[in-house]
Amino acid sequence: MAKNKKTEGIEWNYSPSLEGTSHIQLNKKYELFIGGKFVKPHSGKYFDTINPATGEVLASIAHADESDVDKAVKAARKAYNEVWKNMPGKERGKYLFRIARLIQDRAREFSVIETLDAGKTIRESRDVDVPLAANHFFYYAGWADKLEYAFPNRKMESLGVAGQVIPWNFPLLMAAWKIAPALACGNTVVLKPAETTPLTALKLAELFRDAGLPDGVVNIVTGYGDTGEAIVRHNDVDKIAFTGSTPVGKKIHEIAMETGKKCTLELGGKSANIILDDAPVDQAVEGIVNGIFFNQGHVCCAGSRLLVQESVADLVIKKLKDRIQSLIVGNPLDKNTDIGAINSEKQLNTINNYIKLGIAEGAEMYQPDCTIPANGFYCKPTLFTNVAQSSRIAQEEIFGPVLTIQTFRTVDEAIQKANNTPYGLAAGVWSDKGSRLFNLTSRLNAGVIWGNTYNRFDPSSPFGGFKESGYGREGGVHGLGAYLK
Amino acid sequence: MSRLEIIKTYKIYIGGAFPRTESGRYYTPVNPKGEKLGNICLCSKKDAKNAVVAARKAVGGWSERAAFNRSQILYRIAEMLEGRKAQFTEELVLQGATPKEAEKEVLLSIDRIVYYAGWCDKISQVTGSVNPVSSSHFNFSVYQPVGVVGIVADQSTSLIGLVSQVIPVIASGNTVVVLASEKQPLCAVTFAEVINSSDVPGGVVNILTGNPDEPASVLGAHMDVNAILLGADLADLNASLRKSSALNLKRVFELKADWNQEDAQGLYHITDFMELKTTWHPVENIGGSTSSY
Repeated sequence: MAKNKKTEGIEWNYSPSLEGTSHIQLNKKYELFIGGKFVKPHSGKYFDTINPATGEVLASIAHADESDVDKAVKAARKAYNEVWKNMPGKERGKYLFRIARLIQDRAREFSVIETLDAGKTIRESRDVDVPLAANHFFYYAGWADKLEYAFPNRKMESLGVAGQVIPWNFPLLMAAWKIAPALACGNTVVLKPAETTPLTALKLAELFRDAGLPDGVVNIVTGYGDTGEAIVRHNDVDKIAFTGSTPVGKKIHEIAMETGKKCTLELGGKSANIILDDAPVDQAVEGIVNGIFFNQGHVCCAGSRLLVQESVADLVIKKLKDRIQSLIVGNPLDKNTDIGAINSEKQLNTINNYIKLGIAEGAEMYQPDCTIPANGFYCKPTLFTNVAQSSRIAQEEIFGPVLTIQTFRTVDEAIQKANNTPYGLAAGVWSDKGSRLFNLTSRLNAGVIWGNTYNRFDPSSPFGGFKESGYGREGGVHGLGAYLK
Repeated sequence: MSRLEIIKTYKIYIGGAFPRTESGRYYTPVNPKGEKLGNICLCSKKDAKNAVVAARKAVGGWSERAAFNRSQILYRIAEMLEGRKAQFTEELVLQGATPKEAEKEVLLSIDRIVYYAGWCDKISQVTGSVNPVSSSHFNFSVYQPVGVVGIVADQSTSLIGLVSQVIPVIASGNTVVVLASEKQPLCAVTFAEVINSSDVPGGVVNILTGNPDEPASVLGAHMDVNAILLGADLADLNASLRKSSALNLKRVFELKADWNQEDAQGLYHITDFMELKTTWHPVENIGGSTSSY
């Protein structure tokens, strides 16, 4: 339902514009994808994946245990030794190109399923997640037979079996970020999608089968943290790639350190979005909104700390409040919707607890006057002003549509505040002057820095963090380094 | 009348100064013949903390220097070492090397510093990229130094291991806290004097002596250390540093080689201790005129 907007007694409603779901193919039950086949889990256990926008059950999903993971790793090892390792790069690349094309063919189906399972808006699934996933396969496809050009004077060798664990915020896109470079470099894969969003990875498994990808090259095992841990700890897994929270990342780092497995981690963040006094204000306000409310704020690099130069703070905050008053929170399948559903009840509780904490810490909260659907998990876009640098809401990752706002007087103060965090994933800077942008971008300690934009991604652009935001890069030529000796 | 020789006091190197260990402790390593090498500082946890503070303070100034300037300063280190060849050779011989081995080690150390001096202003050209993104942005990726690096130096050599492990790490703009070879510490301290006279700002290189266990435990747990180089063949120590690295996700690299080999060097010894930063800079895109006009 589009929300009601009242202006001087006249109600201006958007007509609903729902994306149809009739063309998608979804089974009632999904098994594990091991060695090119869908097989039942050893334990016989299944769990439900639900639509967070409504609470309705979408499908029943197999829960893999240690023995299933072992089977998947064996299948991956077999495929590595017998097929994939020795296949000419040219041929490996052709499979990846084919996969990219098949995703493009089925983009609408993938978009709708992604929106149903994750709660993200259909506009985002359709325009960002799915095309980027396809593009990622297409980009790395071209690398498969050119690896010797990637790193000068380095001998290129694949690692073996890669164990990959991905989060629920960009289910298909993260699968693509993990699988495409791994395969391009000649590795085989065991991947675990998040328990709340397994569907597009399983659809991707069907697509791999349709593409004729040799059995066992990619294995997809669904489950909870225990399944992920079984992958990470498995003796025959050579490389671990994880995207998720910093606390879990630290545990995985410890396991990698113990076992000597190669590891890359893409973890949390508390990224600063810095508005200088000469910034184009209206454009910056759009950037702030896109920085924190894109994907309901479920973005590791979300611009969750707004730093505004004092002289323009009143204006920016006023315009920002006006702008979020016009955001539509609602059914993710509606093309009018700006902010969809929170991914799970658990995450909604986490966000609400942080909102309560912010109020208790003495910060001033602002939420627009808007309605949210009665069923499903939703959170209004939320601003906090009067936030101290030491506030927990300014220090900890909330992973929801909650923005803290702080001000600064000098550029030095902005840099200090922005860098004063254990994280270092991303930052945004808004200014009309190129030389000012470069001054800040060169002094901010983060892996990705956006000038006059935010939350932009591209397969050719390396992504990844400094400090406790993890290590290793995904995307671009540097992304190959994670999957080569 | 014979002249009474002046014996050198071996001290540690923190923040550009040569203090004794704050603990007041010493140890007396001996060479294979059983001769005493001197009273050497047995460094403490507090020394390591002081060294990290000095190293952090030096990161900004060192990393923001022009790469070309760092290159010249590294070359200056080689010049200073060249001028003191005899002293290092003598110390290596005292610690058990043959004169021939000692000379070879010193000369290779000098050449290795020159090798890395030449890298400073080429790293970003060889390892960076301009990324052809689909939107109207100038998108580029370049490596920058990771920050403060803790180094447990090679324990089996006195000079070449230390040089091979420290120089590539500072070449990019990092600062380091180095735990020298416990049994052969002389060249590390004398190398600190070379560093001190080479325009390397204080705090960029900090060198501690003694049993590495205590100071290493501080480096491993310190939240202001960004990376650890495991350069020694000490299994237990390495394992404990690996474990404590999880506290703040220190980057850990084990770097072992036969440092006396000519080819025990390379670009990736530098980039291991760097972080890739990708910048999206806006490009105005108005109107329809193209460059082919």
